[in-house]
Amino acid sequence: MTALAFDVNGRTQSVDVDPATPLLYVLRDDLRLNGAKFGCGLGQCGACTVIVDHGAVLSCITPVSLVVGRRVRTVEGLGRADRPGPVQQAFIDEQAAQCGYCIAGMVMRAQALLERTPNPTDDEIRREMAINLCRCGTHLRILRAVRRAASLLAASVRSSAP
Amino acid sequence: MTARVDRAARRRLLAAGGAIVVSFPLRAAPLARTSAASAPVAQLPGSLKSEPFIDGWIRIDALGGITVFTGKAELGQGIKTALIQVAAEQLLVDPRRVAIVAADTERTPDEGYTAGSHSMQDSGTAIRLAAAQTRAILASRAAMRFGVGVEDVLLRDGVASAGVHRAGYGELVTGEVLHVRARADAPLRDPRSHFVSGKAWSRIDIPAKVSGAAAYVQDLRLEGMVHGRVLRPAGPNATLGSFDASAIAALPGVLKVVQDGRFVGVVAQREWQAVVAWRRMTQIARWDETPSLPLPGTLYRSLREAPSEDSVIAERGTPPLDATTSISAAYRRPYQAHASIGPSCAVARVAGNTCTVWSHTQGVFPLRKAIAELLRLPAEQVRCIHVEGSGCYGHNGADDVAADAALLARAWPGRPVRVQWMREDEHAWEPYGPPMIAELRATLDASGAIVDWAHDVWSNPHSTRPGGAGDLLAGTLVADAFVPTLPKPLPQPEGGGDRNAIPLYAFPSLRITHHFLPRMPLRTSALRSLGAYHNVFAIESFMDELARAGKVDPIDFRLRHMRDPRAQAVIGLAAERFGWTAWRPRAGRGRGFAFARYKNLAAYAAIAMEVEVRRDSGAVRVVRAVAATDSGEIVNPDGIRNQIEGGIVQATSWTLFEAVAFDATRVTSRDWGGYPILRFPQAPGSIDVHLVDRPGEPFLGTGEAAQGPAAAAIANGVADAVGVRLRDIPFTPARVREALAA
Repeated sequence: MTALAFDVNGRTQSVDVDPATPLLYVLRDDLRLNGAKFGCGLGQCGACTVIVDHGAVLSCITPVSLVVGRRVRTVEGLGRADRPGPVQQAFIDEQAAQCGYCIAGMVMRAQALLERTPNPTDDEIRREMAINLCRCGTHLRILRAVRRAASLLAASVRSSAP
Repeated sequence: MTARVDRAARRRLLAAGGAIVVSFPLRAAPLARTSAASAPVAQLPGSLKSEPFIDGWIRIDALGGITVFTGKAELGQGIKTALIQVAAEQLLVDPRRVAIVAADTERTPDEGYTAGSHSMQDSGTAIRLAAAQTRAILASRAAMRFGVGVEDVLLRDGVASAGVHRAGYGELVTGEVLHVRARADAPLRDPRSHFVSGKAWSRIDIPAKVSGAAAYVQDLRLEGMVHGRVLRPAGPNATLGSFDASAIAALPGVLKVVQDGRFVGVVAQREWQAVVAWRRMTQIARWDETPSLPLPGTLYRSLREAPSEDSVIAERGTPPLDATTSISAAYRRPYQAHASIGPSCAVARVAGNTCTVWSHTQGVFPLRKAIAELLRLPAEQVRCIHVEGSGCYGHNGADDVAADAALLARAWPGRPVRVQWMREDEHAWEPYGPPMIAELRATLDASGAIVDWAHDVWSNPHSTRPGGAGDLLAGTLVADAFVPTLPKPLPQPEGGGDRNAIPLYAFPSLRITHHFLPRMPLRTSALRSLGAYHNVFAIESFMDELARAGKVDPIDFRLRHMRDPRAQAVIGLAAERFGWTAWRPRAGRGRGFAFARYKNLAAYAAIAMEVEVRRDSGAVRVVRAVAATDSGEIVNPDGIRNQIEGGIVQATSWTLFEAVAFDATRVTSRDWGGYPILRFPQAPGSIDVHLVDRPGEPFLGTGEAAQGPAAAAIANGVADAVGVRLRDIPFTPARVREALAA
């Protein structure tokens, strides 16, 4: 085993694991982060979605060796239950969850989409979110939350502009 | 798990001088008599029948902290929030002051299973009465202490007062004061003055779920916890030919390999090591398989030929001899999966001769009994604690993985063992929603009215829940195997395969027959709404066919046969909000309508849909759906909307896409590739839910009200759009193209 170093939510982390270990297991078991969820282990459902640098990545099929030296963000990095970030706040405002198991992955994919495309159309949102499965049927609330998040993010960009 | 009272938020609110929503005065109701000689237990409503003492439901500590106890589990339906609202309303406190403990065999009432849309009717009713009686006790204790009349006591957000006198709730009810029998006539607050019940209170669990706080059994990290995986047989009847346990035991991190008959599992130090070991096990195990499953294309024939237990569940009138038209049709539904997004997971610890299991089961008490039998321990030495999992929608792998964890924990005692099913464990081994056939026949008179109706339904069991150790997958795999409970039909009025087979329409003559098929080639059990999904699909499709045959508007046709005013109201409301009469046809688009009252005794739901059919691809899409529901008195309108929206989307997925696939020996749909479900581009364009509130009426369960009507509304919309009638679920593009070409 070798120590592998990468940035997680703004802090450098070093883990001593088999480099083939999927990022998901390192996040959950070594770094004790709950946000990324095990759904399929096959890259089919999106429950494990995190952001690596600027793109949404399926952490269940991404060996940890591939993120060495890179910047990983999980839902924990966007805010806390008592101080949610804009995308999280939008999901709370829309009550966009039932069981909620898929939601952290949805939030991360939405975050990545909105960083790339700040004002997506409904079709663009549906196409991008198509990778992530929801079984409770919360889809229309999630779509509303992503649209609301787009306006919240735009507002936060405006308010933080010099 | 306990939901913490958000004291910090409340302090901030008070510090900011903000008004607490509950801060308005109300005269306390007169003291309710609380002698043990009050109403007999049998007459108590809801779950007060099984737990008649109010301190089984509500406790108030010395500091005034209020805790509600429920035997029902949070499944993502928002039940914890709704039950807190119910209690806070009657206790006149801010809901944020109320904590809730749910489904723990050591701490909460035994309310059986969290199933059948019963939680508000069972637990909500019990907690409402217990809280109302607690309020009366608080008022009377305050009156005694203050030396005033009970009518002069003011209860307000945790404090009783009268003139200069003040006392917190916690000072008024010490010790055994709340250990009194509940009363069916406890004084409920007037629905017109409700301040939290009936409001769209935000779900207490969502902030944690969007921010990665520990929320699920999958997130438990107990001290010293190790990781297990199980190796399932190749198919339901496969026996283990060869397996080299020593090759697995030699892998890095492996602590123990367990082999007991067909039950094979591994315990490893780290989770990824357990996964690597599991993968290796799948590669080296050799299974002997014997064909036992129906061949492709013969499923429905095999159901009709299977031994059946027949019962006529409803019969009235006599079929007329002079009727003019008789029409019949058959509707079919395949095996369908719960297909939870998170595969089932459990943690178990065996210490000495005790076992603790953390599980997302729908029934901690029945699971305790089954695990105790599996481990051959007395039930009191097993504790089951509910921790949320991924949505289950009925009997999924939750109980089975709990049994797996218990067996592996017994083999590695003293340490918590976390067992996480892999994707294929869930897809291939959960108990499926049963395949069903419904054959309907109607006779109409010269005026086009239905004068006779017959409905025959064939179905495998809709409940194989534990029960005993033989109802746990692992219990049937161990060498000294346990025998599954003999499946029995669930009795009416709720029913299983015959759930909602009796139409709510006022037909003068009818005969409804349930053909119960106990022999299961693949294990089946409760999938959300049980037989109601298929029976309502059949009835409401057939009503549409009859209306079309008579060239009558399908909503007028339904209303002509409907006497229930609450049913008429939701049908009318859905039609109006959809714009049914103003709707104009266009190429490839159709409108469909359907209605049901779930179980004929829970929530009413009517759904109108606009549906698009692509003639080239055969793809069906729900353009928009408009629903109207009546759930009795509403506790949380947004919770009801979320359930109805979710029910419509989930049923759209079942109806358009889903069927379990298998060959002669094994299930072949073992992941999301083999068992596709609806994704975002296929989700309905819009869903509007309109609610009829009935203050003062009993709570009516809502979680399973939409599924049947949604399926039929799609089928009826397709028929309206392109003139073909789809009676075989799912309506895949290939099936639609085939029907269009016929």
